[in-house]
Amino acid sequence: MVQVTEADTVLNCAELSTREVNAALAELPDGTHARITEPWGRHNLAVGLSNSCTIEIAGNAGYFIGGLGAGPAITVHGFVGWSVGENLMSGSITVHGNASECAGASAHGGRLVIHGDASARAGISLKGGTVLVGGDVGHMSGFMAQAGVLLVGGDAGDALGDSLYETVIYVAGRIASLGADARIEELTADDVLTVKRLVDKAGFDHIDPENVKRVASAKQLYNFDALKDQKY
Amino acid sequence: MTEMLPRPTARAEPAADEIPADGRRRSHTFPPESIAQIQRMAEEGHYEIRGWGAKRALPSFDDLTFLTASISRYPLEGYREKCETRTVLGSRFASKPIELDIPITIAGMSFGSLSAAAKTALGTAATAVGTSTTTGDGGMSTEERAASQLLVYQCLPSRYGFNLADLRKADAIEIVVGQGAKPGGGGMLLGQKVSDRVAGMRTLPPGVDQRSASRHPDWVGPDDLRIKIEELREATSWEKPVYVKLGATRVTNDVKLAVAAGADVVVVDGMQGGTGATQDVFLENAGIPTLPAVRQAAAALREIEMEDQVQLVVSGGIRSGSDVAKALALGADAVSLGVAPLVALGCNSRTYQRDGISHDATEDYRALGTEPGHCHKMHTGQCPVGIATQDPELEARLDAAAGARRVINYLKSVTMELTTLARACGKSDVHNLEPEDLVALTVEAAAMAGVPLAGTNWIPGEQR
Repeated sequence: MVQVTEADTVLNCAELSTREVNAALAELPDGTHARITEPWGRHNLAVGLSNSCTIEIAGNAGYFIGGLGAGPAITVHGFVGWSVGENLMSGSITVHGNASECAGASAHGGRLVIHGDASARAGISLKGGTVLVGGDVGHMSGFMAQAGVLLVGGDAGDALGDSLYETVIYVAGRIASLGADARIEELTADDVLTVKRLVDKAGFDHIDPENVKRVASAKQLYNFDALKDQKY
Repeated sequence: MTEMLPRPTARAEPAADEIPADGRRRSHTFPPESIAQIQRMAEEGHYEIRGWGAKRALPSFDDLTFLTASISRYPLEGYREKCETRTVLGSRFASKPIELDIPITIAGMSFGSLSAAAKTALGTAATAVGTSTTTGDGGMSTEERAASQLLVYQCLPSRYGFNLADLRKADAIEIVVGQGAKPGGGGMLLGQKVSDRVAGMRTLPPGVDQRSASRHPDWVGPDDLRIKIEELREATSWEKPVYVKLGATRVTNDVKLAVAAGADVVVVDGMQGGTGATQDVFLENAGIPTLPAVRQAAAALREIEMEDQVQLVVSGGIRSGSDVAKALALGADAVSLGVAPLVALGCNSRTYQRDGISHDATEDYRALGTEPGHCHKMHTGQCPVGIATQDPELEARLDAAAGARRVINYLKSVTMELTTLARACGKSDVHNLEPEDLVALTVEAAAMAGVPLAGTNWIPGEQR
């Protein structure tokens, strides 16, 4: 069910091109609220915005929703395609549905919340952003993630955290397998506080912060000599 | 009766410590360099990493020559008659195409792999001659943006330092799918070059060996690429040209797919392309040379009738005005140079200048196991002339202003060579050079470039 709020601006994708929608969003004054209606899987909605507005997308959207964003708070009442919030710099994206592959890819900052499941490669190449998934994530999630946090409220697929750098992954459910150089570490009090803060922000009520697994890099592949055993 | 080959001239008895003549017979399968490589692998247990590019002999533009004008063609006066070099890139969809004074650009090389002084010098030189330079795997440095009037911002698989603010500051965007030195392979920056500043720009701990991913994190195929290009255009109001850079492998199909995905410009980087660091096995054994790559790319654009809408930029081992002229004649709209401007800057020079005094760097080269003129040790970060380093002491060996002057001189010289050849072919615009102006000196080059073997009308593989 689509629940939307009053908006200063309503942009109907059935009547407007992607260019027209994004150009209108870019002109929004800070503090205003826009609603995008009838998205019908449209790609590249609300990309490259740096104004501090709030945007609702009333329905399912396509690839790269909110990509490269540096300011707005975007809420999607539906599913999203590949690479939602890719290269996010700041601001937030909240998806009340499932996300397809590469959610939050290379996000440098900001917060991406997915209330449903995410597919493969969630949080890939993460560079400081926060990716919070209420449900499951697919294989190769957290691949080569450099900084930031990936929280998984459900299960994680194969090769979780392959070639991790400094990103920390928390998983509430089962982990099918870990990727190269990823390892499960002891959960500290700081981790519990971090997870509690994250689940509160996301509005997840099914995750016990004291009962998650912490996955981080074993740092055995940080330098080239490690290649002697062809671990890559 | 078979005539016997002449015997080697009798030689004096070898000294006791000298290897007898018969014992020096060279093995074709295991020449000394192969033996040395096997011995190194047995010692170290891993593959060799180095900079530069392919060092093996490859078919190249050297294997072509121009059929300049005589009676059947009318030459232009070599010095004075106008020969246009202006070049426009990105006219297909971008509202602000790139306008260059010369069809010679500076290729993407990272801050990190190169010092800040080197990036500044390249930007300054490119600006002075009216052309563009390109960022690299590591983001846009403030010095580079300030020095470069026209700056192409690379969107690489690693996305190190990639951000909306810098995207908006760029004059064009280049999505790097592959690189001629290592098509299909990711980038590499060894820990000794990962200074605090480089690490900060790349969001990684200082000192780690950085592996740049070999594939993009947010798209995988040509249909995705089309949407990715649209995203970048939307984020920049469809102003900036979008280039797609390919390492030359399956050139025909890749060029067509890049065009179908919406590229304004396709950059094809041949096997001779350089790098700051990668595996030697990649450099010498992956991709195809620039010579066949340019011909295949141009043919692909013609086949889909896009040669007038999408510009082709070619790179990989281009050194001189004759190389540029031949690339343009085979169908390129512009070329991109990497290693050559670094050499102009001082790479592989025996000396460096500091405080107005010339210093000999030979011993520093030798400490790296090499000599001036042979160095490919960019990966070590110990560049004796301050170009491929993050060591402040070494970087101080490069005076950015003096280096820029050398690169300006070099680019001007290359342009003069280019226009001289074009005029001799009767062209008032370098972009009017055409395959018909060329013949090949070897059968292989004739087949690869699709031009006749010199003195014949024969193009190998072509039906007559």
